[in-house]
Amino acid sequence: MHERTYDVAVIGGGAAGMAAAVEVRRQGLSCAIVERENQLGGILMQCIHNGFGVQEFKKELSGPEFAEEFMDMVADAGTDVFLSTTVDSIEESEQGKELYCYSRKNGVVKLNAQAVILAMGCRERNRGNIRTPGTRPAGVFTAGLAQRLVNVEGYIPGKNVVIVGSGDIGLIMARRMTWVGAKVHGVVEIQPYPAGLTRNIVQCLNDFEIPLYLSHVVSRIEGKNRVEKVTVSPLVNGIPDEDQSFEIPCDTLLLSVGLVPENELSENAGVEISPITSGAVVDSTMMTSVPGIFSCGNVLHVHDLADYAAEEARRTGAYAVAWLQNKKPARQLRIKAGANVRYVSPGMINPELPDKLYLRTLIVKNNAQLVMKLNNNIVKERKLSHVQPSEMVSVKLTKKDVEDWHAESDSVLEVSVQ
Amino acid sequence: MQSNTNGAGERTKVDIAIIGAGVSGACIARQLSAYETEVALIEKEADVSFGVSKANSGIVHGGFHHGPKYLKTRLEIRGNLMYDRLQRELDFPFSRCGILVVALNDEEMKYIDHLYTQGLENGAIGIEMCSRERMFELEPKLESDCVGGLHAPGGGVIEPYRFVFSVVESAVKNGVQLLREFEVVKAERSGEKHIVHAADGRVVEARYVVNAAGLFADKVSGIFGAEEFQITPRKGEYYLLDRKTKACPNRVLFPVPTKVSKGMLVIPTVEGTVLIGPTAEEIEDKTDLSTNADKLGQILDQARKMVPSVSQTDVIAAFSGLRPALLPEGDFYIDISEKTPNFIQVAGIQSPGLTAAPAIGEYVKDLLKKAGCRLTEKADYDPFVTKLPRIRDYSPFEADELLKKDAAYGNLICRCEKISEAEIVAAIRAGHTTLDGIKYFTRAQMGRCQGGFCSYKIIKLIMRETGMEYDQITKNGRDSVVLTGRL
Repeated sequence: MHERTYDVAVIGGGAAGMAAAVEVRRQGLSCAIVERENQLGGILMQCIHNGFGVQEFKKELSGPEFAEEFMDMVADAGTDVFLSTTVDSIEESEQGKELYCYSRKNGVVKLNAQAVILAMGCRERNRGNIRTPGTRPAGVFTAGLAQRLVNVEGYIPGKNVVIVGSGDIGLIMARRMTWVGAKVHGVVEIQPYPAGLTRNIVQCLNDFEIPLYLSHVVSRIEGKNRVEKVTVSPLVNGIPDEDQSFEIPCDTLLLSVGLVPENELSENAGVEISPITSGAVVDSTMMTSVPGIFSCGNVLHVHDLADYAAEEARRTGAYAVAWLQNKKPARQLRIKAGANVRYVSPGMINPELPDKLYLRTLIVKNNAQLVMKLNNNIVKERKLSHVQPSEMVSVKLTKKDVEDWHAESDSVLEVSVQ
Repeated sequence: MQSNTNGAGERTKVDIAIIGAGVSGACIARQLSAYETEVALIEKEADVSFGVSKANSGIVHGGFHHGPKYLKTRLEIRGNLMYDRLQRELDFPFSRCGILVVALNDEEMKYIDHLYTQGLENGAIGIEMCSRERMFELEPKLESDCVGGLHAPGGGVIEPYRFVFSVVESAVKNGVQLLREFEVVKAERSGEKHIVHAADGRVVEARYVVNAAGLFADKVSGIFGAEEFQITPRKGEYYLLDRKTKACPNRVLFPVPTKVSKGMLVIPTVEGTVLIGPTAEEIEDKTDLSTNADKLGQILDQARKMVPSVSQTDVIAAFSGLRPALLPEGDFYIDISEKTPNFIQVAGIQSPGLTAAPAIGEYVKDLLKKAGCRLTEKADYDPFVTKLPRIRDYSPFEADELLKKDAAYGNLICRCEKISEAEIVAAIRAGHTTLDGIKYFTRAQMGRCQGGFCSYKIIKLIMRETGMEYDQITKNGRDSVVLTGRL
């Protein structure tokens, strides 16, 4: 068995993994990225639409262009990259961590690392997860798989398409399928509001006159061999209404019904997982419940933009370096998701070194107010012009924000949206 | 398993033709492959086990559910005992994890007493009546209302399709000809022979015909002018739970049965996932494999009566299977036809058909002898199939050695179930060239992502290995094409 040793091993070579690795190298520690596909970039490589890089590079890029910027940085930083290599398990060792990696080229390789950064991203929720009844014919794809088939492999998955879920991938695939000559008959969204970004509703649906059915579900799939039609039902009091249901003949159903952080490897390594985000529970330094294992990007919680994932990952890389240099926070306060907030990530804050927090709301509201309370005293407020569950809110806390907090070690910071 | 698809009009001449490559037909074919006789195994679908045998509970039953008067009970008891040897010979996943029947009140406990007595009469080995305390010792995840139950340590779990694949592989290795996509539409007698016609023009000539056509055994019987009977499809819906579920029991859990069925179960599958179901609904359409929204609630409620930690969020797939029931008795009908010469009926093979199948193979062999078929043992019969390594069974240190012999084991294609390129290529080379065929052979696409990450990689491997074009790749044969165009 081959063996290699690094200060830090990064699992996953998408936006988050590359950004984390670049930061580790910038601070002078040795680092390797392990990526299961045959190139870096992750899901960015199938996202050929624009809209990436505005935060990170101050210019609008496609997914592959955004990835290439980071690939260049990875190469310049002298990061070792193991491609077409899958991490099978993470074990504790006397020196730190051992990663057992499988590949065609190198067989089984053992990577020794002091610290590990998890950046494996997400998988798509599928038909089984949303329990759509009916037959099980060919022609049902997750939207991301369809995107991969069209944009990378060059195949068209169908001609007459219905899309379930108005998440960004679903919206972008509505436009993409139209461009490759398919007819998209509608996008069906269970919620009364779209799940994707407003700009995608306009650019991917409205511009192509694709109907968006809000508060509707696909209640049945029919077809013996290939999909033949689907039944679409409006929700009345939360239940599909059979009387108002209608059928759409189609040969393809694309599902854009959410992403789930892919944490099986993390769980096997003993990392505690949050039932809310399905990502790791992390402290203010993005460290998981296992000392020396950090988590960032979409495997931690689902981000709206690759730019945000990269930004979070860069901080995580820095935190991993600090941990290796024995710079550990003296104390951390727990953060609690208060009224109308689904989660706050990370779930802890270091009052000596305040950092950025990401949160998702449970509500849709204009002119909302973000309220932070410490021991029931309001310590920070901010206006939010519009909130909705699909749009992540970021809050940057500065030293000035926290200087008169007078936090005790058992103080809890409650974050709510009113 | 080689593809033996002949061109239209080609004639295959054999001694015995078996119609239907489900678990019964497969076991009969393998049994006969030990003798000096020419056998053709005929299947209308694109792959074997694509009918009744692909979707059922996957249970090797414990021999206590039915009384001793039934043929199915005798074959269940015998079949159960044959599984250990079969596993050694055929290398399919099988675990004799045991079965518990859960009583939730004193009324149900009386029925447990009946099942116990019945099991003893049948000759089921090792069954015991359990107190509440004994039940919780055997299964700590049980609902606290459990008052006692029955333990059948001889029961177990297999993957039904994987078992059929192994059985057919062994049969083909010993000379059985497999004809797929051969839908029998017509048959006639010519002298001492049956002439069997397929929809696509192919013909099989056989001295003896075995009707193991599952849901369509009534139709096939009619085509051959044999007995009239009716097979009723009884639909069972199932939900598959992620292997991460906290609701995985140690043993198969049965409720106390009803008159119609054995009830809805919680099954720890042999591969580590959990299956809950089935429903039992008599329907008309023998091709109706749809699932229905109202059934999920019923199944979850029933499962939670035994294991409260069953959660809807663990569901990764839903599917339906059809049991071919011969009503009203519900027994197997395995006999020499009294109307059509040299024609053996193997019909109504519903539960416990999977358990009984190996014994059905023996039983039909004896019926053929009785019907005058001469069967002498083959000198070179080899009961063993080649064992294929599965990377998921290897530790990293063992894998290191395996990868030195075949690097393709290092390319993990299906991340959820940990299936390598080498295993998928082995499936394709064994003749499984549909996405479902590869799924049933290897488990790739069967995990929590349900093929979201790996199906396009598998499509590329099929194209590379077979030279098929993208538009020839199907989910499970016929018109189930996956890709409709190219950029």
